[in-house]
Amino acid sequence: MTGPLSSVDRPVSYIGKSVPRPNAKRLLAGRGRYVDDIRLPRLAHAAFLRCPYAHARLVSLDIAGAARAPGVVRVVTAKDLAGRYEPWVGTLTHFKGMKSAPQHPLVRERATWQGEPVVAVVAESRALAEDAVALIDIVWEELPPLTDMQAVLEPGAAPLHAELGDNLCFARTIDAGTVDAAFAAADCVVEEAYSFARHTGVCLEPRSILADFDPAAGSLTVHYSSQAPHMMKEIFARHFRLPESAVRVICNDVGGSYGVKIHVYPDEMTTVAIAVMLGRPVKFIADRLESFVSDIHAREHRIKARMALAKDGTIAALTIDDVTGIGPYSTYPRTSVVEGNQVIGLAGSWYRCRNYRAQLRVAFQTKPPTTQYRAVGHPIATAVTEALVDRAAGALGLDPVELRRRNLIPDDAYPWTTASGLKFEKLSQQASLAKLLTLIDYDGLRREQAALRPRGVYRGIGIACFVELTNPGPAFYGVGGAPISSQDGCTIRLDPGGSVTCATGVTEQGQGTETMVAQIVASTLSVALDHVRVVTGDTERTPYGGGTWASRGCGIGGEAALQGALALKANILALAGAMLQADPAALDLAGGWVVDRDGGNRRIGLDEVGRAAYFRGDTLPPGVQPELVATRHYMPREYPFAFTNGVQASYLELDVETGFVKLLKHWVVEDCGRVVNPLLVEEQIRGGVVQGIGGALFEECIYDDRGQLLNGTLADYLVPMAGEMPDIEVAHVETPTAESALGAKGAGEAGTGGAPGAILNAVNDALTPFKVRVTAQPISPRRVLEALGKA
Amino acid sequence: MSETVAVRLTVNGATVERDVQPRLNLVDFLRDELGLTGTHWSCEHGACGACTVRVDGEIVRGCLVFAVQLDGATVETVEGLTDSGALAELQAAFHVRNAVQCGYCTPAMLLTADALLRRDPDPSRETIRAALSANYCRCTGYHAIVDAVADAARERAKRP
Repeated sequence: MTGPLSSVDRPVSYIGKSVPRPNAKRLLAGRGRYVDDIRLPRLAHAAFLRCPYAHARLVSLDIAGAARAPGVVRVVTAKDLAGRYEPWVGTLTHFKGMKSAPQHPLVRERATWQGEPVVAVVAESRALAEDAVALIDIVWEELPPLTDMQAVLEPGAAPLHAELGDNLCFARTIDAGTVDAAFAAADCVVEEAYSFARHTGVCLEPRSILADFDPAAGSLTVHYSSQAPHMMKEIFARHFRLPESAVRVICNDVGGSYGVKIHVYPDEMTTVAIAVMLGRPVKFIADRLESFVSDIHAREHRIKARMALAKDGTIAALTIDDVTGIGPYSTYPRTSVVEGNQVIGLAGSWYRCRNYRAQLRVAFQTKPPTTQYRAVGHPIATAVTEALVDRAAGALGLDPVELRRRNLIPDDAYPWTTASGLKFEKLSQQASLAKLLTLIDYDGLRREQAALRPRGVYRGIGIACFVELTNPGPAFYGVGGAPISSQDGCTIRLDPGGSVTCATGVTEQGQGTETMVAQIVASTLSVALDHVRVVTGDTERTPYGGGTWASRGCGIGGEAALQGALALKANILALAGAMLQADPAALDLAGGWVVDRDGGNRRIGLDEVGRAAYFRGDTLPPGVQPELVATRHYMPREYPFAFTNGVQASYLELDVETGFVKLLKHWVVEDCGRVVNPLLVEEQIRGGVVQGIGGALFEECIYDDRGQLLNGTLADYLVPMAGEMPDIEVAHVETPTAESALGAKGAGEAGTGGAPGAILNAVNDALTPFKVRVTAQPISPRRVLEALGKA
Repeated sequence: MSETVAVRLTVNGATVERDVQPRLNLVDFLRDELGLTGTHWSCEHGACGACTVRVDGEIVRGCLVFAVQLDGATVETVEGLTDSGALAELQAAFHVRNAVQCGYCTPAMLLTADALLRRDPDPSRETIRAALSANYCRCTGYHAIVDAVADAARERAKRP
């Protein structure tokens, strides 16, 4: 860096330092406070009867036995809730032509997935509520399920929602450049069909809500495991017809989220409706079995892709055809089409290719809703693109790294607009790839691989370049009518003793949000980190903001914190100047003191400034009104998104007799702009990689033809375990965004976005001697053996 | 279901007497009867390990043990083991390595790691990974946890 030091480059700065999270100590001592840890007087507990069929008509319902059961407070059906809420529809206006049916808290006449909530029992304990659920008499008429997403789109297929006419939720096409001409002139064409299974988030803390309505005050307080408290405040107010001012949403510790806890769920809406109806607190915690059939699912794509290349390896054209199944309703308020939209928006976008055609079709089916889950669309776009690149390299006899090097957007070519219309401010694809090759000793790995093959050891090296969409602006959701804020605020106050209290709209689910904010504020005000307290996750105590999603916490919340701290610093220096009869411009802050900007002589402690402001106003010059609090908000205005980039590599060994994959090592080079805390960023990347590996190798919600989930327990649904995971090495290239003073982009999803592509390529690299490939994820041992003709 | 059984056990050094329903499992007993919310439940199948606690010196799945089985037993949870300092090196190492994100799996992870270090004070990285496979974590990717357990083993070796 040249030029004068900015506030983030000061000599005494926490920015760029691996500071451990102060709030982690509570969690390590078992002193976390999750929703299920809250005990309130007169607390009632909800349990749900859920539809056991994928598609069924409710014939009759008798709740009398349940209502008489011990400890039961109330048994609630759809009839009891009628008129007590506004239904919701998961569409946004900027997705042209998209449609979805209105959704209700409880099934009224027809259930459309196995797991849809039908009856709620509220009792003195969860166990008693479950006992009563078992006493409900219910008769169903099973209707034909709609499971296969391609079949439901065929002409003449019966529509799931008659009023919608067909089962197509949304379609979009992109046609850029001269695709047909490029294919006609190509020296080499590769094509493949890929499939990506439906999987789910498996937050170890299940979805949790405790709704408390005070009829006397007319106020609703919701203790909630959520990423977006302000959004949910807006939604509860809107759908229960309460004044916005009467709703408070509090998110204390959140036990994992990853996109799962940011959607409107019918069982949670039912819980709120019942709390309002009963005027007492009601808690609902999803158990693991109902989580599998009621949490959002993700992915489920079938993709056909083709790539045209010239002899020299230049990618001439790319086409993608994506069909994705989203269940019976588009989720609210974000919709379920963003995943597919991002698949076709992102595929191939890190290469120079200008000829691009894509088609997306989003289908309704009778399975749980799918929607945004960590790295929305990215893993699919990356895996398909990068798998085709490896195929093309094989066909052309080029090294896969060399093919990438020839096609990646050059680092000096920015700003760049992709064929699909995305705007990249500045990326570092070439530098990142170069750094990765050094990090992994690519040539050494290739030599080792070659040396082992004659001994029957089949190792594979897989590379995947990627981009990640972070820091979204208002064009992402707000423009379509969703109550989703792209801006975030931070309020920062100097307390009398010289410590600092911050309240921020971005939220904490373990990423380190509070630490990141504290680092920025402590550095800007030059106070010790342990003098800074950060408050998050309470709509009554924090400035309005979108919360934490789409990797926006640091880039947007961090910039708001920086600007707020700079504003507070100006206020402090103005007051100190008045007290010292000095020009505020000649003063600065250092180590908890007001100092002379030149020379750094200590003039007055922050504690003294605080005391004078709050307790000894009599000592201040006439007319001075101290203002030791400042609030600033920030939203990106220039670019719709701050794109990041990176490249991952996987090194693995394939057992060609059993089909098992042993992951030996994984590497990530990523560029999230300015790194505020390397420790936290690296842990975001590593955790993200492992979730990506989960989707690539293990995780699948397996459904039968009747739409029944076959592996809905954590004993049957596989998630990555410590023993199967590799060490993951992370390195950075830093290309700060020029849009903010902080320069940070997001880092939360890069790991998940890139890992499945790297794993797929590594497995296929290991299979090269057998001239077979896998194209379906998860890459289970069975699928490997099928590819080898051994299943 | 409403019949109860009297049990008397020691939890974190204190004697506890309760009349419990036979169906009440240990994790619900700790959380709902004793307010010890540091122990979490997640899968209720014995797969994820989030409910791990120590019974008579050995770690068990709190979701697979009933309170009525524990008459006369000694139970230790993250709260008690924090107060006694038994987990201190692990907690410090987890903090420094940021081997904790959302924190939901963390108390149980600490107990599993502690059990490993008590039977193998100098475990290899592979041994640590194998032992920790009893506990799921969805946030960290495990790498930092493995690092932290290795660090804690070195610190524990310095204990007098």
